[in-house]
Amino acid sequence: MSSLPPVFESWFAARRWQPRPHQLQMLAHGLAGESALLISPTGGGKTLAGFLPTLVQLAEPHETSGIHTLYISPLKALAVDIARNLEAPIAEMKLPITVETRTGDTPHSRRQRQRIIPPDILITTPEQVSLLIADPTAAHLLRSLKSVIIDELHSVVSNKRGVLLSLALTRLKTHAPEARFTGLSATVADSDALKQWLSPSTKLVFGNAGAPPKIRILESATRVPWSGHRAVYAIPEIYAEIKKAKMSLIFVNTRSQAEMVFQELWTANEDNLPIALHHGSLDVAQRRKVEAAMAENKIKAVVCTSTLDLGIDWGDVDFVVHVGAPKGSSRLLQRIGRANHRLDESSNAMLVPSNRFEVLECEAARHAASEGAQDSEYPTVMKLDVLAQHILGCACAGPFHADQLYTEITSAFTYRKLTRALFDQALDYVATGGYALKAYERYAKLKRDASGKYRLAHPLLAQRYKMNMGTIIAAEMLKLRIAGVRTRLGKRVLTGGRVLGELEEYFLSQLRIGDTFLFSGEVLRFEGLDEFGALATRAPGRDPMVPSYNGGKFPLSTYLAERVRGILADKSKQQFLPPQVREWLNTQSWASVLPRADQMLVETFPRADKHYLVCYPFEGRLAQQSLGMLLTRRLERWGAKPMGFIASEYALVIWTLGDMSAMIASGKLSLAQLFDEDMLGDDLDAWLAESNLMKRTFRNCAIIAGLIERNYPGKQKTARQVTVNTDLIYDALRTHQPDHILLRAAWDDAADGLIDIHRLGAMLKRIKNQIVHKALERVSPLAVPVLLEIGRESIYGEAHDALLAEAADELIAEATRLV
Amino acid sequence: MPFSPKLPTNSSQRPLGLSKQHKIILGDVELVPDLSGALYVPDYETLIIADLHLEQGSSLARRGIHVPPYDTAITLKLLEGVVSAAHPKRLIFLGDSFHDSEGENRLDEADLYTLRNITKNFETLWIVGNHDPQPPQSLGGQGTETVVLGSLSLRHEPTSHLSGTLEIAGHLHPGCGLNQRGRRLYGKCFVGDGQRLIMPAFGAYTGGLAITSNAFSGLFSKSETHAWMIGQNAIHRFPFSRIQRRD
Repeated sequence: MSSLPPVFESWFAARRWQPRPHQLQMLAHGLAGESALLISPTGGGKTLAGFLPTLVQLAEPHETSGIHTLYISPLKALAVDIARNLEAPIAEMKLPITVETRTGDTPHSRRQRQRIIPPDILITTPEQVSLLIADPTAAHLLRSLKSVIIDELHSVVSNKRGVLLSLALTRLKTHAPEARFTGLSATVADSDALKQWLSPSTKLVFGNAGAPPKIRILESATRVPWSGHRAVYAIPEIYAEIKKAKMSLIFVNTRSQAEMVFQELWTANEDNLPIALHHGSLDVAQRRKVEAAMAENKIKAVVCTSTLDLGIDWGDVDFVVHVGAPKGSSRLLQRIGRANHRLDESSNAMLVPSNRFEVLECEAARHAASEGAQDSEYPTVMKLDVLAQHILGCACAGPFHADQLYTEITSAFTYRKLTRALFDQALDYVATGGYALKAYERYAKLKRDASGKYRLAHPLLAQRYKMNMGTIIAAEMLKLRIAGVRTRLGKRVLTGGRVLGELEEYFLSQLRIGDTFLFSGEVLRFEGLDEFGALATRAPGRDPMVPSYNGGKFPLSTYLAERVRGILADKSKQQFLPPQVREWLNTQSWASVLPRADQMLVETFPRADKHYLVCYPFEGRLAQQSLGMLLTRRLERWGAKPMGFIASEYALVIWTLGDMSAMIASGKLSLAQLFDEDMLGDDLDAWLAESNLMKRTFRNCAIIAGLIERNYPGKQKTARQVTVNTDLIYDALRTHQPDHILLRAAWDDAADGLIDIHRLGAMLKRIKNQIVHKALERVSPLAVPVLLEIGRESIYGEAHDALLAEAADELIAEATRLV
Repeated sequence: MPFSPKLPTNSSQRPLGLSKQHKIILGDVELVPDLSGALYVPDYETLIIADLHLEQGSSLARRGIHVPPYDTAITLKLLEGVVSAAHPKRLIFLGDSFHDSEGENRLDEADLYTLRNITKNFETLWIVGNHDPQPPQSLGGQGTETVVLGSLSLRHEPTSHLSGTLEIAGHLHPGCGLNQRGRRLYGKCFVGDGQRLIMPAFGAYTGGLAITSNAFSGLFSKSETHAWMIGQNAIHRFPFSRIQRRD
């Protein structure tokens, strides 16, 4: 183990700090030029551990001949904070080291200067690294690169941003073969995959695990609701808890939940506690204000979404509340880790389930988290649209040989299984679109020169690449401003005022003028749109039309789902549940049955003039929605006349006109056949042909792969126009070239994304021969929550015409009603 | 689940057949909208088609935007279908038949053959548009600026003021959306107020511009305006007040 140079020793000593063992270990690996992955719960001086080798190496006077250390953070806002935190030790030890940041916000002039006079340490984002390597000056700029540090690696590897970054790293390795790679990560399920992701020879360093967290579930004196996601019942109890704590973070899963909880807390806020709100739709300046107030400990509690999952620690948070289901053990641990950053003390957390099924999920999560069980996802690999973007980026940097680029790309963990045939297909796509017809050769983006190298056909393409690169395709957002309303000549005139934040265009499209909704903790009245975005006025005292809950972005993890099934199956595991929930499960066990952990329960029963089928796969809303789509197709074919279905995170309900209990009894309907894996054949194919989900997925791939450009020099193409176009392109490709690389990319994304077919497939395999059927006379206790969801939203297929006809019928009914 | 490319078993083409559900009345003339976006005028046995935008794919490809080149073939197949179903005496293209003025020269052999065959069998009029200011040179048929069909005036761009005349135009690619059960439905549409009718674009890659957007303002008398929205198997008629603004 390396000891610290004297100047560092005395710096630590002056602050009464002791270098931690993992910091010294990281220093030793760094000085030996070895790549290393530091896995440690939040806190524990991780950032300093990453930088320490660089600081020691550059402590002596030296000449800067290029960037020495590249520090990559997934959060743009963090770059500035990290730089500031780093400048303190550099100044205090009087080290001759220059530090600069480079993000999307860095002015052009400073980027130019960084190219000519590079700093020792450059703090930047994944996208900026991809831009850096797409520049012809990259080789020169990166020639003396010694160290690359990637912060929050566990989060980076989980999406397409990480996939693109992994490809950029292969380029860095080519330009600077001696550079070492350092990853800083929270605890993950598979640390080996993370190591491989960085570099095959990576050494693993573990930080101090710290004291285990103290997690409890709110034992409410009032009744836990059967369904819904509002958790209003718990507000007084949450309020009482945050009053006791120094500073609390209140995590929720969606923006609308955040707004709702924030609003309710303020209604209960008799003591006028400073309670703030933090979510991704709020104006950036407003979020920075909240963070600053946290840092100064001026705030008592913050209601927040995943926007505060990552990042540096603001203030002395000592209590974390999680409202709603935590969805995964790793996610929960990460969030709980935001409280109390002294490792030797336990973090304090409270889970607040918003309905009865969530009580089960919270219990499962509490157990898993107390054991430190991790269920973080395996790194995302092999995205063909990202590959296409990278190939174009490489061409922007200069001509390349296909063989060399293939070797370089397959050196990445993420593309180690990329076949040459698929690579060639991607290359062909980038060059000419990759169509079966050779019609586009004269319009090629890449052309082969005499030496066989691929080069950019036109320099303008590099400019367009820079304007369009990146993997984050956000839903189209519109700015929301406070409107001034005046009356002029008897007409209402609106003028736009201060910007409150941004809202999804989809959400706004649902509003009619006069509708009220919650935003930024206020009730607003929608006033209309102008050329700059949406306008609203304040409507205090009015009831908000609460936006429909769209479910969280994250489905229940497979691991937690298994544990929830385990709780249902095992009475001894139910003893920790609140009495009312135990009573609910008890009633279920005699009214119907509680299935074994390896079984799936299917209940059928009549209600009013319809017949219902409820099954409980516990596989998350996305997979179960796909299941619903496929089952209704089959039930239709078998004559059960399905009318609609609803999927929750836990259960799926389908209602029909046909009596399914009778059909099953007479052998006309076989549940084994209904749930057979063969539904993933032709039925899936037929559904996907018209699925809007597939079209949305295809659109994202088309944008990332550069088929459609978001920005074009001189004019802005709006996301809406792109949507229309990509739908039509999707139809054309499906009909004429079903093996096109972008259809494959879209399929890969959808299979574990929006339609979650991978999980559905695994579930169908699991329940084969394990279906327990109960024909009941009435709804069972377990089925009540999902039945309560009916009416909030119901879907039958994606039948366009049926809905349009319904809309027309409603008008007819309205028109013919007797006055 | 592996990716297993398969040609769709049932063609995803829009089904053909003239709508029996809705007739559009313009002045005293009865018009029949088709699911393809074409419009049949029984009194004159004339089929009208707006904004084919042939060779739109290759037009974009010239700028390095490599959308698939199959649009012309898809559009022409649909055209052949509606022509053989309606079997009109006369065929009128309402302008923007090609996406750019050189489109005609980029047609491949098969598409060229299809088009010539159509103009050989049916009297064809090519109204010129802003994308194709010259009528096609080698495809047969006759070029023109406007066509008068009894009381109807047919032109590419709608005129700014109608003085008691009836007009059928294209150019704007009308589309509309509405919300039903929390979901957004969007489609191409015909839009008219009994005096003027604007037709949807026929081309495979053409989209729909919301009829609530500024491009349509001042063209219709609001209280009389209806949209005939093209669904998958039927055309649905809505008053303008039911159409929700989206932009």
